[in-house]
Formats: sequence, C-alpha cells, structure tokens
Amino acid sequence: MAELYELTACELMELLSRGEVSCREVAESVFSRIEKIDPVVKSFVTVTPELGLEKAAELDAEGAKGNGLLRGIPVAVKDNMCTRGVKTTCSSKILYNWIPPYNATVVEKLCRASYTPVGKTNMDEFAMGSSTENSGFFPTRNPWDLGRVPGGSSGGSAAAVAACEVPIALGSDTGGSIRQPASFCGVVGLKPTYGRVSRYGLVAFASSLDQIGPIARTVSDCALALQVIAGHDPRDATSVPLPVPNYLDALVPDLKGIRLGKPVEYFGEGIDPQVRECVERAIEVMVGLGAECEEVSLPHTEYALPVYYIIAPSECSSNLARYDGVKYGFRTEDDVDMITMMERTRDQGFGAEVKRRIMLGTYALSAGYYDAYYLKAQKVRTLIKRDFDRAWEKVDVLVTPTSPTVAFEFGARTADPLQMYAADVCTIPVNLAGLPGISVPCGFVDGLPVGLQIIGKAFDEETILRVAYAYEQNTDWHTYRPKIGSEEGG
Amino acid sequence: MEFEAFIGMEVHAELLTESKMFCGCSARFGGPPNSNVCPVCLGLPGSLPVPNRKAVEYVVRTALALNCEISSPTIFYRKNYYYPDLPKNYQISQYGDDPIGKNGYLEFLVNGELKRVRIRRVHLEEDTGKLFHVAGDLSQIDYNRSGVPLMEIVTDFPPDIHTAEEAREYLVALRTLLVYLGVCDGKMEEGSLRCEPNISIRIKGEEKFNPKVELKNLNSFRAVYRGIEYELKRQAEVLSKGGKIVQETRRWDDARGETFVMRSKEFEQDYRYFPEPDLVPLTFEPAWLDAVRESLPELPLAKRNRYQQQYGLPAYDAEVLTEDPWMARFFEEAAEEYHDPKAVANWVMGDMMRLLKENGADVRSIKVTPAKLVKMLKLIDAGTISGKIAKQVFQEMFATGKDPEEVVREKGLTQITDEATIASVVEKVLADNPKEVERYRAGEGKLMAFFVGQVMRATKGKANPELVNRMLAEKLSGSGGGI
Repeated sequence: MAELYELTACELMELLSRGEVSCREVAESVFSRIEKIDPVVKSFVTVTPELGLEKAAELDAEGAKGNGLLRGIPVAVKDNMCTRGVKTTCSSKILYNWIPPYNATVVEKLCRASYTPVGKTNMDEFAMGSSTENSGFFPTRNPWDLGRVPGGSSGGSAAAVAACEVPIALGSDTGGSIRQPASFCGVVGLKPTYGRVSRYGLVAFASSLDQIGPIARTVSDCALALQVIAGHDPRDATSVPLPVPNYLDALVPDLKGIRLGKPVEYFGEGIDPQVRECVERAIEVMVGLGAECEEVSLPHTEYALPVYYIIAPSECSSNLARYDGVKYGFRTEDDVDMITMMERTRDQGFGAEVKRRIMLGTYALSAGYYDAYYLKAQKVRTLIKRDFDRAWEKVDVLVTPTSPTVAFEFGARTADPLQMYAADVCTIPVNLAGLPGISVPCGFVDGLPVGLQIIGKAFDEETILRVAYAYEQNTDWHTYRPKIGSEEGG
Repeated sequence: MEFEAFIGMEVHAELLTESKMFCGCSARFGGPPNSNVCPVCLGLPGSLPVPNRKAVEYVVRTALALNCEISSPTIFYRKNYYYPDLPKNYQISQYGDDPIGKNGYLEFLVNGELKRVRIRRVHLEEDTGKLFHVAGDLSQIDYNRSGVPLMEIVTDFPPDIHTAEEAREYLVALRTLLVYLGVCDGKMEEGSLRCEPNISIRIKGEEKFNPKVELKNLNSFRAVYRGIEYELKRQAEVLSKGGKIVQETRRWDDARGETFVMRSKEFEQDYRYFPEPDLVPLTFEPAWLDAVRESLPELPLAKRNRYQQQYGLPAYDAEVLTEDPWMARFFEEAAEEYHDPKAVANWVMGDMMRLLKENGADVRSIKVTPAKLVKMLKLIDAGTISGKIAKQVFQEMFATGKDPEEVVREKGLTQITDEATIASVVEKVLADNPKEVERYRAGEGKLMAFFVGQVMRATKGKANPELVNRMLAEKLSGSGGGI
C-alpha cells in the first residue's frame, strides 16, 4: 500500500471519513516525508510540525464534530500569505523575521475547513521571478531533476506537491506563478479569475494581477481547494460578490459539446517543438472525448509581455515602498540618520530582481513618462482583454502550452532577465485579462514534465476544471512520480 | 510700488465618521500612542483598504453644498512619497480630473458685500500618523491618526481671494458650512480643520505670477489673518528692494508673529500618482445624489438672510446667531414662541453666549431649553420679575436647568409690586438718610440713584423699579409726610 503522504487529498478524505486513519497519522506521515526529502528539494522556508501535529490531534479529538471540507488535510501555504504567529517572509531578507499579527483570508478559510497547517513554501522574492532562484534564502530544486529549477515564483509550493511533501499547496499567480511551476513540476495548478479569491493578507506584488490559487497532484484536489478559498470578501474591495458554485460537481469525465480554441499565437516561434507536440497530442485526446477544436487568433498577444513589464513593476514600486525599516522587518545595522537608514535598509534588504523592478516601475510612473508607459500599457491591456472577449464568441476554453519549454537548469537564465521573463509568455496574457487558467500535466520531454494550459471565461472555473478533469481521467500523466535523489537508487 | 495679491486656500477637514477611511478602527483618535490601529491603517504587508461609505457621502454632501459637479466614476490614486508618518509610503488620495467634487464655489459676505470664491476640487484622502521628536535626537511615531478620513478643499486658480480679510472670511464661512453639514467639527486649535494658504503677489499691471509661498501652522482664524498679512508685507518688501520671491513653505510662529522657511520647493516633488489598484472606481446613482442634495440643511448664508427678513434682526445679530447651527436652532425655537425676536436674540447673544463661553460649554449640551427662556421672558413681561432679576434667574436656569418659575419661587425673587410695601421701604430709606434728602431737595438731583439703590438693596432687588422711581419722586418732591 502507498504511504499516506503519497495520497491525494480526496483519497485521504476517504480514509479519514471512514476512520481508517487519524488526522495525526496523516500529519505525521507528511512531516516525516518533509524531514526526509526537504533537505534535498528545499520547498519550505518554514515547516510547522508542532503546530500541525497539535492541530491534527485536536481534530481527532473533535471526532465527527469537525467536518470541515479539508478536515485533517495537510496544506502548505506560499510564504507571501499572512499566517498569524508564523513567519511570513516573501523569501526576502527584508521580511526575514516578520510575524504577522493576522491571517490572510485564505488562511482563515483553510482554518475554518479544518486543515492541518504544514508550513510556508519558498518563492522568488516577493513573487518576482520564474525559477525560485530569486529567493532571498535558497533556491528550490525541481523534484524531477535536482539540477533544474522548479519554476516560479510559487516554486516551493509546486515542488512540495510534486515531491509528495503535501497533497495541496497554495500559490499566487501574477504572471504565471502558479501555472508555470505546476507545469515544470508535473502537477496541477489553478489560477482563478481575478476577484474570485480574496487577496486580503496576500503580500502584494502587483495588485491588479495577483491572484491566489491551489496546486495539487490532481484536478479534483484543485477543485476541492478552490471550493474552500473562493468567495467574496468584504475586506478585499476587488473581490467579486458572486456565489461560489460547487466545483466538484463540475468534474465530468467527458467533453461533449465543449468548444476548444487553439490560439495560433501560442503555437508559433519560441515554443519548443517537443512541447508543442505534447500539447497538440493533448488536444487530439480531448477531441477524442467529444470536444470540437478550432483555431482562433489573439492578435495582441505579442504586446502582453511588454505591457506586463510596465504594469507589474509600476504597482510593485509602490507596493514595496513600505519596507523601509521603520515599522517591521529588517533594518540596516548602520548607525545613520533616518533617511539614510531607510535607503540602506532597502539597499541591503532587497535582492537584485526586486530592485530592478522597483526601478522599472518608478521610472514608468514618473512625471513625463507616465502617459507613454503606464497609461499606454493600460490601453493595450484593454486590447488584450478584447482579444479574449472575441474568442469567447466562438469557443468555451482556450488550450495552449503553459510554458514554452520544460524546466531549465539552474543559472541558465539568471544572466539575462529578458530570457527569464519569456518563460511566462503563455501565462501573462491571462493575468492581464483577469481570466482563470489551469495547467495540467500532458506529457514529458526528456523526462521532464510538460504542462497544458486551459484558459476560461471570467468566473467560469467550472468549465476549465471539467476540461482538465476529463483530460486527466483519460490519460495517466498525473500518476507519474519523480524519483528524488537517493530514492533513485532505492 | 503697488501690488496685487493672490491667495489660494487649501483646507483639510477631518471628517466626523465613526471609523477610519479604509478600516474599522475608530476615527476618534487619542489614547495611548498606537492603541487605535490595525493591519490596514498600519499598512502591514498584505492588508487592503476598503472605502468608508459614510466618508464618501460626507464629501459628496460638502461638494454639493459647494455647488460642485460630482465625478462619477470618482477614482482613488496613490500619492507616492517616503516619510515615516506615512505607513505605506504612499497616501491614498485623489488626483486629476475625477475628484468627488469639482468646479464649485462658496459665497459669503465680506464687509456686507457678497463674495464668490471658486472651488477647484473637493476630494477625499487618508490622514497620516504623527511624528514626535523626543530627547536624544530620537523620533517616535503614533499611527492613531493614520487613516482618518480627510477632506481636501482647494480654491481655483487664479485665486479669487486678494486680502487677508477675505481669506479669513472664506475660512470662517467654510468652517460654518462644514459644521452645518455635520461633516467636520471645525476645531482649528485641535487640527481637525487645517488651512494652508499659498500666497503670491505681483506688481500691479504685470501679467506673470510670481512663485507662491505656502504657509503652515495656522491654528486659528486670527493666525490665518496675521500670517497672511505678514507674508504679504514680507513679499512686498522683497519685491520693492528688487529681490525675488522663491517658491517655499514657511511656518507661522504665532508667538513671534513671523514666518520662517520650512523647506524650499525648488524641485517639485514627483508623487508618481497612479490609480489605486486595490480599489475600484466609485460610481454614484443619480437618484442617490438627488437624495443627498435634498437632505442638505439650510445653509448659513441663506439662514442669515432669512433671519434679517423673517425676524427683522440686524445683520450683526443674524451673523452671530447663524455661526453655529445649534445656536441658530435654539434661537429659532425660542423666537417662534415669542413675539419679540430681538429680545430673544439679545438674551441668546448676551447672557447665554457669555455663560457658555465662561463655562467652556456647548449649546448642544445646554440645560436651558428654548421654551424655558421664553417662559422667563414672559415672566418679565408680566412684571413677575424685573429684567435685572431675570439675569439672576437665567444664571440659575443655566446652572441647574430648572424652570424659571421654580427658580423665582425657590429664591423668593418675585417682584414686589405692592405699593404699600414699597412705600414703607421708601419711607424707611428716606428716614434713615436725612442728610441726603436735604441735599437732594437742595438740588442734588443725581442722588435719586442713591435712593433707588438703597430701596433695591433693602428689597434684595425685588422691588418693581418703576414703582420705586415713581414713589421716591413723589415722596421727595412732596412736603408732606411729616419729614
């Protein structure tokens, strides 16, 4: 029989509800797995075994009374979501010691669903990056090949799920930060519609793009986690007051009547031919399940990357202004006056990529440049949204590669930021348009996972979950597990 | 050399909302430092703002009362600058073409002349914390005030205000308006209403405007007037000597009666405004705006005009009575029940305002009701008490809230109108002061006041003054009576 840590959340829930295992046993299995494997994978910034085991024991004591949707399911949380009493660092030196006095809304919702807290996962500093190499502490390794990156910025969450350290982890996605690492690590990652999940307590990178979503080994687990975290939050003025449908009910294993759109711009130059091949084979599978497929065009796709790299840094330059050593977090040890203290704190506390984006954004918002950059970018963003709106007149979902390539080696792209930015070319337009997108495993290239991205209409997570589920249930990619380090020999 | 002055007014008013602008903390700050704060107003990582509906409504009310156009949608912006009293290092404010209110005006009287000052914008923003400099070259920050809703009202350019007096009267009128609307308590000394005028002068006939100087730390109407007067003189002197005015911020020192440079503004700060992505644009339903418009109270200038017409009050009385809406309400309630509004005005503006001031009290918590004041006036009319005794009665009513009749009864203040009683007192007074009687009769007429005083003292002021006067005159002129 498989170890408990290898099971999905849905499988664990079966065992837990039948009383065949206790929450404590599940938690122990997960924590011992982390103890064994995380020194190699390095998914976590903080692991909370005391907290998790105590909580699991409480849940066991409550017995049948505690019937939260995630009762006893271990869930990891990306380290940019506030957890009361547990360090929340954004993998940045500038917040290395910060302990929030409050919970993010998603964490509150996890608590209400009776989850077992596992810890906080590593990320690119302030979610800025596509490889988790920008973590201010250490890089996370891809469980499929320890010499390669797990993707980013939610690389810790994706690696933790892929390495069976947890069945579910929350990530955040500003330009692909859930879907791209999910793709690199061979797991499922869902970015909900902007406004579907509360951002309250998510440390902001780019407020108009950030969205929290789940990473798991199956579509069902993602649907389950979304069920728990979705919904309007009066604390987030941008969250939308729409009812939350039952996502598990949406999981139907066929695609009859589903119209797939294949945007030509996502299959052209810059996409690794082997990745393209995997995605095209996936589309054939879906057509075999009853879907229709037609080519569509999203003509402004080529502007998505430049638009993103104006809007996201602009917002970040303002969002990150508060880290100045005055109130919390790191403060320079130099004995200097107040203004110099603020300057040195920021100089010593932020990493290179964060500084680069703060400078980009500060420049784009400056008097005399605002109209040419920020305002123009917002206008083009509207055009990109309209591209999608036109596609929805013909199709229900769009299918594309999640990333142009499979996971790359450490250091391969760190020297050239533009090459790094290109890793998100297929995912960024989805954030700009505020749409939901999911990445599901659709094959391997040279032993490394490939991700299929399914993009849906705003607030129609049900349809992308259904398409992803039907595809998953009719393929076996999700059953493959990486052999990590010493495991390979054993 | 002749100069003309241009004075722009930037006023910040703290709104009287229960909670802060973007969180649930109380807006009534005070208490130990950093005791009234939460993740939102501390700008903690991950926190998000949610706009206070009441604050938005208050600004809409004010904008409508100032004859503004209302922007719908209206948008919040981030104003980015680094300062430790600003926890996020940006302030959520408004900017550009879509503040809540724009292109309005305020009308008020200056020396009896109607003056109209155009308003460029009325907008909503959040207040900052407070920085304290303490011993040992250290600074401490109190964020209790951080996030309190702040309304900014800015006059149009080129400014319509040209003298310190106009500036002060503008501010008086604006303060009265805000208090009427119930959106601000208008306490300049406590900083809930703050005024930062910017002043520039030019030689008459020139077209180009000189750089402007912004004044800070004006904590009273008087300071506004004096600060501007000083600055106008200073700038005139500089220009007269062929010097140049530099754009700067100067601080008014009330004790020394001078302004001092705080900071030069040679380089205009770039605030890198952009729309606040954590908030969505706010739109207003026309029906809602109509409802707000209809709910506006009678405004000060209209009320003042009405008092002159309806009650026949002098302009001065109408002005004093309408400065405070609660005072005006008190007056009106009493005036409606009494035939002589001027008499009511005299009592309100006289004894009542004096006692309120002496006790540092507010008309809203006064124990005397308008009905009781009217009752007292009617006691005077009926001759039950004299006008002089009434002052004593009113003082007691003010202190205890008692009914005037009760006060009169308890203290035995009923006027003595019985002629026989007064006659006996008069006779006793004359008998006790034979020398004075002689002197009076010899032609020292001013001694009459002495006799009246003696009678009043003997009756504890209760004798009817008219009767006393008449009877004294009779007895003193008459040869009879055996004296």
